[in-house]
Amino acid sequence: MAHLSPENLERAAQLISLYPKDRSALIPLCHLAQSQDGFLTEEAMQDIARLVGVTPAEVYGTATFYDMLHTEPVGTYVIAMCTNIACLLNGAFELLEHAEHRLGVHVGQTTKDGKFTIEEAECLAACDTAPCVQVNHRFFGPLAPESFDALVDDLLSGRLDDVVPPHGVLNRVERTVGLVSDRENEVAQ
Amino acid sequence: MITNAAPIVTRRMGYEDSHTLSRYLETGGYDGLKKALTMSREEVADEVNRASLLGRGGAGFPAGRKWSMLRSAPTSYLVVNGDESEPATFKDHLLVERDPHQIIEGTLICAYAIGASQIFIFCRGEFALGLERLQQACNEAYEIGAIGKNIFGSSFSIDLVIHPGAGAYICGEETALLESLEGKRGLPRIKPPFFPAVQGLYGQPTVVNNIETMSNLPWIVLNGGDAFAALGAGSSTGTRLFALSGRVNRPGWYELEMSKTTFRDLIFDPTLGAGVKEGRSLKAFIPGGVSAPWFGPDELDLGLDQDAVGKAGSMLGSGSVVVMDESTCVVRAAWRITRFFHRESCGQCTPCREGGDWLEQILRRIEEGNGREADLDLLMDVCDNIAPGLSWPPQQTTICVLGPSIPSSIASSIRMFRDEYSAHIREGRCPMGSHR
Ligand SMILES: Cc1cc2nc3c(=O)[nH]c(=O)nc-3n(C[C@H](O)[C@H](O)[C@H](O)COP(=O)(O)O)c2cc1C
Ligand code: SF4
Ligand code: FES
Repeated sequence: MAHLSPENLERAAQLISLYPKDRSALIPLCHLAQSQDGFLTEEAMQDIARLVGVTPAEVYGTATFYDMLHTEPVGTYVIAMCTNIACLLNGAFELLEHAEHRLGVHVGQTTKDGKFTIEEAECLAACDTAPCVQVNHRFFGPLAPESFDALVDDLLSGRLDDVVPPHGVLNRVERTVGLVSDRENEVAQ
Repeated sequence: MITNAAPIVTRRMGYEDSHTLSRYLETGGYDGLKKALTMSREEVADEVNRASLLGRGGAGFPAGRKWSMLRSAPTSYLVVNGDESEPATFKDHLLVERDPHQIIEGTLICAYAIGASQIFIFCRGEFALGLERLQQACNEAYEIGAIGKNIFGSSFSIDLVIHPGAGAYICGEETALLESLEGKRGLPRIKPPFFPAVQGLYGQPTVVNNIETMSNLPWIVLNGGDAFAALGAGSSTGTRLFALSGRVNRPGWYELEMSKTTFRDLIFDPTLGAGVKEGRSLKAFIPGGVSAPWFGPDELDLGLDQDAVGKAGSMLGSGSVVVMDESTCVVRAAWRITRFFHRESCGQCTPCREGGDWLEQILRRIEEGNGREADLDLLMDVCDNIAPGLSWPPQQTTICVLGPSIPSSIASSIRMFRDEYSAHIREGRCPMGSHR
């Protein structure tokens, strides 16, 4: 059901054109598919495979290496909670426990209403705001149990709709120019 | 003493709109590139050599020397490492979000000097806002003629592509990064033969440099390599962006003159870290990212200097300093760092894959109160198997240095806090009262 939309196929072609070899666009295309469906559907992986010239198994095998790429459905909001060193030292595990309690799910699970998935994250490179989290890859921190609850409420009420777009990191990334320099520099295949 | 050397890579951070093209142009933006284009390639490379600019990604290799090792070929690439995933490191994140044009200008100067055919900036995938700003800056740079055909009217033409990562620490390792950029799993390549300068992206000669390394180039070209080398001391020239975190009152980024500033300044000076949280005392600190062995209060007066820190048995690494206080459970801290490495190991090498697994399990059981008398020797033994002799820098038994970095926190914390480890085992619980 969830093949890449005509619009995304167009974007995919543009992304592929940026690289000397098509396969380099594999991960950007996975991001594109995730912004469409939240995770990589089998149909999208077939499309990507065809577009970059590999088998669907190679797309799946590559995607599963990477933390950001999901091959199973996830909640509307994926809350990635860092528990690495700087966050640990500032109460990250206590915050994680609170989050599990507040949302009624364990790490790796999605709430019944499909709204939230909690993930334990490695360092998110925002250690000066420890303990911090990302919601659909947008940063929040430092968080205490009360501010975590407020964040959840804000997400549920739609108050953060502008700040936290749906899944995917390329939703607002738009390349408006093509390659212009001499193509003769390209790798000889 | 903290010197009042003017900031180089963070000089626009005082502006709310530091990431915009208009602010960039108002503050000397793209002047470095324009000047570079009036010089020969060799002259530009020569300035960078005179600056003695050390790579800011972790290994600290001189940038100029790396460029000179690039094998000449019709096609070569510049790949910029913006994967920033070393725990406690957050300086490239700042540069990407707050001064993307400076990175782009730096990459163009580098590409010109090395004669690259195309530029790729590999940006950590989790930096959603960073990716937006970097791509926006890239689009704008094309519009003003800073990228593309005949840049600023010169004969130099090049394209630049912003590439998003997808979440894997190992892709920060330069050859894994190239695999990932080729659309594959991020498995480090065996060197030799796959030294990027010889056989890099698509098998072509490639220079891989860090985001912060690139961000220094516009200033170096404008002010001259000698002006850069006049800052700092010895081989540690210029300023460097330090990321301070953990149990400290003012965590954050600080751009400081190298060598001249000490760890004590960074952690305790009221204008910098402002001391340990809640007035507690400092127990230990990590001087350069979690791959680095820990230091104790005795090392506070070391300068932020690559050689000095190396001689003292650790490394300045990625420039990130983590503070632990008297209430920190060192077993729990070492366990969490070890679990990180274990999770992020790509699995190609036995010492890293198996050793990391064993070390994580042993540390976990000690922290949970199920440790055994022999566990400390066992930990040291496994560490010694991964990095024989536990010397510094570690001997390499694996394809990349992720594996040999695993023993860093374990061996150094056992050496410093053996009693605390023993107390966990003896008392069958964490004496610091932490519960995980
Ligand atoms: C496991 C591992 C992770 C690394 N992560 C990064 C990283 O996130 N960013 C980075 O610039 N360099 C990282 N490096 C170092 C790179 O391999 C490479 O040395 C660096 O990008 C070169 O740039 P520089 O010379 O400008 O420092 C890592 C190395 C290893 C072994
Ligand atoms: S040392 Fe570890 S991460 Fe590096 S190549 Fe070997 S298994 Fe992979
Ligand atoms: S340790 Fe949590 S963001 Fe770096």
